[in-house]
Amino acid sequence: MTDRMTLSGMLTSRAAAALDVSRAARSSKPSAAAMLAVVALLAALPFMVFSNVTDTLVNLFVLIALASMWNVLAGFGGLVSVGQQAYIGIGAYSVIALADQGVQPYLAVPLAAVTCVIFAVPTSWLAFRLRGDYFAVGTWVIAEVYRLLVVRIDAVGGGSGKGLAGLSGLDQTMRGALTYWVALALALATIVACYLLLRGRLGLSLMAVRDEETAASSAGIDVRWAKLVVYLVSAAGCGAAGGVITVSSLSVNPDAIFSVQWSAYMIFIVVIGGIGHIEGPLLGALIFFGLQQLLADYGSWYLVLLGAIGIATALWLPGGLWGLVRDRTGLSLFPVGYFVRGRGA
Amino acid sequence: MERHQDALLHLDEITKRFGRVTVAKDLTLTVRPGEALGIVGPNGAGKSSLFAMISGDLRPDGGAVWFGGRKVTDVPPHARTRAGIGRTYQVPRPFEHLTVFENVLVCAHQGAALKGRQAWTHAMETLERTGLADLANIPAGRLALLQRKRLEMARALGTGPRLLLLDEVAGGLTEPEVLELVEVVKRLHAEGLGIVWIEHVVHALVKTVGRMVCLAGGDVIADDEPMRVLADQKVRELYLGGGPETGLTDEEGT
Repeated sequence: MTDRMTLSGMLTSRAAAALDVSRAARSSKPSAAAMLAVVALLAALPFMVFSNVTDTLVNLFVLIALASMWNVLAGFGGLVSVGQQAYIGIGAYSVIALADQGVQPYLAVPLAAVTCVIFAVPTSWLAFRLRGDYFAVGTWVIAEVYRLLVVRIDAVGGGSGKGLAGLSGLDQTMRGALTYWVALALALATIVACYLLLRGRLGLSLMAVRDEETAASSAGIDVRWAKLVVYLVSAAGCGAAGGVITVSSLSVNPDAIFSVQWSAYMIFIVVIGGIGHIEGPLLGALIFFGLQQLLADYGSWYLVLLGAIGIATALWLPGGLWGLVRDRTGLSLFPVGYFVRGRGA
Repeated sequence: MERHQDALLHLDEITKRFGRVTVAKDLTLTVRPGEALGIVGPNGAGKSSLFAMISGDLRPDGGAVWFGGRKVTDVPPHARTRAGIGRTYQVPRPFEHLTVFENVLVCAHQGAALKGRQAWTHAMETLERTGLADLANIPAGRLALLQRKRLEMARALGTGPRLLLLDEVAGGLTEPEVLELVEVVKRLHAEGLGIVWIEHVVHALVKTVGRMVCLAGGDVIADDEPMRVLADQKVRELYLGGGPETGLTDEEGT
């Protein structure tokens, strides 16, 4: 490396003086202010509206968290999993088990994230032996295995599930508000985590791995390590989401919590919102949530329509709706790239 | 062989077969620190596979790869890059959704272990010397072929290598572009970088390297000064009696 510095040393000092690299997009200051305002409004919502509104929004926040975690896994790590319900389930059951041990259920939610990381380490060792389609199917099988193991444990209710202990002392309004804030915190935490993860040096490496894996290792990137990190982050996020689902529904059912439907939701949201953009799952979750509310009464037609929208987006809008917005307006809420000033567009 | 402890790169009797095709047969080759070596040979001679075994993308069936006095046969590609082996790919493999600057920056971060402003400066300086500075903010997916080839070189340099592996970087370039490239490589060589360059555009090699190796059937056919290798009877026969194309550019070689 000393060789490189000799002749280039002289050039460098001149270039360095002039070099100006920016991390933010043009629109980011006003959009950051707008986002803070939205967050403040959302945080104050339990004081302003009836609890049925905040209860419904809990579902939206869970969807945002789950979709963000799937996006970081598949859209940045290139790990297309259909088995993240394994961690939703493990997270949910962690909260049930910890509450049985006397841990305050709301405090058990972040602990559920830790439990999931502990389970994800050995699971990754198994799952990472598979690639591409096999990885996708393998993760699903692993999730099923976890479900089958859980229904054999009588202490957590076996096949019929179990109720959550430790929240009965709380007033119902208070409980609703607390659950809402925990869910909001979860959604914010996953978005902030994605942003910080992708903005750093590891994030740039991940995007390189996503684009070209072989070239990424020639660039000096430890591809396996980078993938393990996103896998663990995603497991933690999905686990905390599973915990929030449990404190919101006050019980857990193994078939529902380990259902592959969660993966279907995550994939649908990320595909319509825009895979590989932090904003994608946010936009996608809003649309999915809106469709759920509008079409809830139409039974199976609702699912048919969702499927049609998903297929249409995948065919005609490979960058999702956020990709479209970005191409048209150049808007970026969470700028993670680098812009060299004075070097043209 | 006698000095593979001080050699920059030493391949010790490496062998690699794909079914019945042999891409390396007890191949031994040494590159000294700061040496510029050219590799020629007909298509299918095992040139690109040789690079893959040096960079770690491909594992030899037998034999050992030494780099900087250390046995690296079992070292994964990313660790070899960090140790100082920088490579380009014959068919460019850019990170398409990253900008040109980010493509090189990630190499400066991970390959050269640079941080912050140091990494930015190194990346930008690498772009300056490969003529890509004005395209710094363009997504790499939008680059034309020639620019992609330059980006391959910029990324390899971005990792801060001691040994640079160039895989047909001159293929498809116009004559003035080839000369420009020759100047860039010469300057890198003058700065003390070890270079191994596979190329069908032989005249570019002759202008740049001090030593040339001809590969065929996974074996070294000739190893000498460039003009003597090109004059070698066995080498001329390999090229259908006409000798390697020493004329102007053409032949992109696939």
